[in-house]
Amino acid sequence: MELIDHLSMGFQVAFTAQNLLYAFLGCLLGTLIGVLPGLGPVATIAMLLPTTYALPPTAALIMLAGIYYGAQYGGSTTAILVNLPGESSSVVTVIDGYQMARKGRAGPALAAAALGSFFAGCVGTLVIAAFAPPLTEVAFKFGPAEYFSLMVLGLIGAVVMASGSLLKAITMILVGLAFGLVGTDVNSGVARYSFDIPELTDGISFVAIAMGIFGYGEIIANLSMPTEKREVFTDKVSGLMPTKEDFRRMFPAVLRGTAIGSALGILPGGGALLSAFAAYTIEKKSKIKPGEVPFGQGNIRGVAGPESANNAGSQTSFIPLLTLGIPPNAVMALMVGAMTIHNIQPGPQVMTSNPELFWGLIASMWIGNLMLVILNLPMIGLWIKLLSIPYKWLFPAIVLFCAVGVYSENNNTFEIWMVAIFGVLGYVFHKLGCEPAPLLLGLILGPMMEENLRRALLLSRGEWSVLVTRPLSASLLAVAAVLLVIVLLPNVRKKREEAFVED
Amino acid sequence: MKIHSQRDFTAGLLFSAFGVAFAWGATTYSVGTGARMGPGYFPLIVGVLIALLGAVITARALTVPTEDGEPVGAIAWRPLVFIIGANLLFGVLLGGLPGIGLPPMGMIVAIYALTLIASLAGDQFNLKGVLILATVLAIGSYLAFVVALNLQFPVWPSFIVG
Repeated sequence: MELIDHLSMGFQVAFTAQNLLYAFLGCLLGTLIGVLPGLGPVATIAMLLPTTYALPPTAALIMLAGIYYGAQYGGSTTAILVNLPGESSSVVTVIDGYQMARKGRAGPALAAAALGSFFAGCVGTLVIAAFAPPLTEVAFKFGPAEYFSLMVLGLIGAVVMASGSLLKAITMILVGLAFGLVGTDVNSGVARYSFDIPELTDGISFVAIAMGIFGYGEIIANLSMPTEKREVFTDKVSGLMPTKEDFRRMFPAVLRGTAIGSALGILPGGGALLSAFAAYTIEKKSKIKPGEVPFGQGNIRGVAGPESANNAGSQTSFIPLLTLGIPPNAVMALMVGAMTIHNIQPGPQVMTSNPELFWGLIASMWIGNLMLVILNLPMIGLWIKLLSIPYKWLFPAIVLFCAVGVYSENNNTFEIWMVAIFGVLGYVFHKLGCEPAPLLLGLILGPMMEENLRRALLLSRGEWSVLVTRPLSASLLAVAAVLLVIVLLPNVRKKREEAFVED
Repeated sequence: MKIHSQRDFTAGLLFSAFGVAFAWGATTYSVGTGARMGPGYFPLIVGVLIALLGAVITARALTVPTEDGEPVGAIAWRPLVFIIGANLLFGVLLGGLPGIGLPPMGMIVAIYALTLIASLAGDQFNLKGVLILATVLAIGSYLAFVVALNLQFPVWPSFIVG
């Protein structure tokens, strides 16, 4: 079995003491920062990125995967205990999770989230291992025209599935593309939009953009709101284990969630958010058994289903990234940036040229998941303590980490000025109701899109029709167009708006 | 003419302005043709698209009614100024500012300054607490970034360590 060979090679890489340590450290740090209220996974990963600079590429990626899972788990914890979704994909977890916490069942809710996620993670890992090699084959058949169309599809998919105004989201992507074009043009050597600043000829650091917009922007927005009284259930978490009854109920929900998540995660732009929403909708539609708590009042299925789905979804969303090099969401865009810092260009060639890294990463995802269950669950008491730290202690520390983080990327204070500019910009976006996640996607994809469009048009001697005459490219664009038309249909549009404001 | 959504109206105008500026910038590079794209070709397309979408957003803000007029609301100057200011001061102290003859003061001084200024952004300020926090952060950062991660930082003022 090739699958087993590959996975066992991966586990050999991941199971060295050093890499296990990094996976653990990543999980620990990711959870540590992730549980802090008001910091989503994007900001968490951006902040922790500098901690991996000094590591060899494989170890760095393994640690990043750990950070990623830790950040997500931290997000679910704040969702359940503080009624504060740290990220959009745990918005639905809040509904029943917080109600469970209010009834003194925070322990079982947290355990259901962690165990469900772990199961989903196991399945997700297998799905990646099974689907990545054949998809890579397909990827090698892609020419520049196909890549360009695929990126268009990915970007459209990402905004269609996201919440908020479609028009503004598409514009934000384009603004991201524009930022991504700053710096030296690889073909002509012309330094574009660099204003004669030497640091800008290398392009704008995506770490500065991510930290400024997601880190500083969020802090300023948080501070501008009056300090509201948040109910934190710190003392009521007693008894982690769900009852037998809980297990019986959550198991089918976990299975359904995993299946939905694995399937939707592969779709461009799908990933965690859509999976969680779909899973919750399905659980809600299913029959309530006698004696079961209704949904919205603390049903354990309402936690287990979406949490499994979002974990399976985020796991399988690695597939487009690893095989095609195309990030399906903002978190993955950050991962691409991280890989580039370590001189790895994500794409189909990674698997063949660097199989140890590829399979090691996949194996370490599973290990990261396991770490969460065996280490983080028992440490829940510690995380809860973190939740009760007042915000006035937290935000100066976050500002410091961001400043130190951008500085250490190049040991240059120039990045500190950049993060300030993007911090202001992030606050402006917040004020104007512009969701910043699509910008990050555009930023990463900008140079790739230009390069592929340039090559495609060079090969076709300037004929734009090449994008629609090549069947594969045409069908990718057609899917993108259909997606756009569907969301613009009045009926669907109303539903979409309802779905995202629900509860 | 009535502005139905202040937020979208402003966002649209800003997008358009940015798009026009970006497209105008693109024309200063050689644009070329589709078959032989110059460095200005793709940026020009992107800039024009942003400007157009910005105009559409503005137009919609003037025509599509909203419930509450979607006001932009007051700008939170206090956190904005102090957070960004703390960040800038950190950079200045860490690396020094040769323009005004300020030598690099190093990480420890910069952390105290950052914590102090950033804390002013919140609505409660307690000097003793802030100093304790700064001390904790300074020691923690030194251990984490300099000792454990081996990142290159000037730790102490350059006129002391020379």
